Amino acid sequence: MAQQKLLQAKVLVVGAGGLGCPALQYLAAAGVGNIGIVDDDRVSLSNLHRQVLYSTNDVDLPKAAMAAGVLLVLNPTITVNAFPIRLDTSNALELIGNYDVVIDGTDNFASRYLINDACVLLKKPLIYGSIYQFEGQVAVFNIVDENEVASANYRDLFPQQPDNNEVPNCSEAGVIGVLPGIIGTMMANECIKLITGIGSLLVNKLLIYNTLSNQICELDIMPKEETIQLIPANEEAFKATQYSFSCEAEHSFKNVGIKDFLTLMQEEDTIVIDVREIGEKPIITSFEHINIPMSVLKEQGQRIGQKNVLVFCHAGIRSVDAALYLSNGKNKVYNLKGGIVRYNINK
Amino acid sequence: MQVTIITFGQIAELFCGKITLENVHDTDSLQQRLVEQYPALVNIKYAIAVDKKLVSGNVAISETSSIALLPPFSGG
Repeated sequence: MAQQKLLQAKVLVVGAGGLGCPALQYLAAAGVGNIGIVDDDRVSLSNLHRQVLYSTNDVDLPKAAMAAGVLLVLNPTITVNAFPIRLDTSNALELIGNYDVVIDGTDNFASRYLINDACVLLKKPLIYGSIYQFEGQVAVFNIVDENEVASANYRDLFPQQPDNNEVPNCSEAGVIGVLPGIIGTMMANECIKLITGIGSLLVNKLLIYNTLSNQICELDIMPKEETIQLIPANEEAFKATQYSFSCEAEHSFKNVGIKDFLTLMQEEDTIVIDVREIGEKPIITSFEHINIPMSVLKEQGQRIGQKNVLVFCHAGIRSVDAALYLSNGKNKVYNLKGGIVRYNINK
Repeated sequence: MQVTIITFGQIAELFCGKITLENVHDTDSLQQRLVEQYPALVNIKYAIAVDKKLVSGNVAISETSSIALLPPFSGG
């Protein structure tokens, strides 16, 4: 019976990274009949320690397709669809609408709030997981009962989307890969329990696990009446909501790889800025640059008058915000996509 | 009276682990006292749990309450 339920289930996994890989692997192995994988990124060498579906042969290839290939070898009886796209307000409702359960394995707040709101609008259960250094969170959001009453969602926990530069999030590559492995596996566990109707789920609860202390903490979350006001009321309002600040910025700065980054550096009237905080390692000595930490960039950034501005950080997330902030219409701003960690720059 | 505060994520790094505060009777005064000690906290959004329940608004804290401060994080 349970196996039949799994076979009939349709699960959409958004993000095939540190959390998505282990979740996908166990869902496919368990025999979830229809799995969708959304990820617009490519495999990178520095992520292999935690993105365990990929190998060194896959570097630079699209994650969604590579993951789908691995899952179909593991279990050829299931259907796996790869969507090598970025989930946004134009495609999220349609995509999520085709599935029974959504697993959020993304790595940024814009996607997390977008997925949460879409799931609330569509009344879809959402399995949530997130990591920071040695801590992981897991929860099951938005379970709608027979009286149409929904359990807590992400906005009952954190009502407003933080600015990307408010929370440093570039150190994922520095975490031990086991943490997303544990959290991603717990997400798969909740998903399988939800589909088969066994056990008790993390509904109205947030589980926090610390890998250093082995402590597990469970907190109760209650659905709040005011939360619904934070969520777009309908499809139209959802599509008009601005989740990602980098979308509008596509014209104001350019993402470049290390080769172009090093070439651009040679041009006249150019400044290279490390936006990592003081004390972050490694200290870069292999090319000339100045350090303006993200935390003081808004005070000191106005003074930058060069024609070409090149920014970088650890993993290329904070530097996007820096690039956005520094572009003023007169200059050309370039961001080192993936940061120094992607190119193994360690000096 | 003395309350013990458990912290997570970025706030745990800021506080360097568990801290205790004297004479706080509700979550508003708790937040005020914390910002005095850790000004950087002003820039961080976080949820507060009292006795393992997330709370909103001003909530009374007793001597035996356990407090947790939980900032959002989004790594994956």
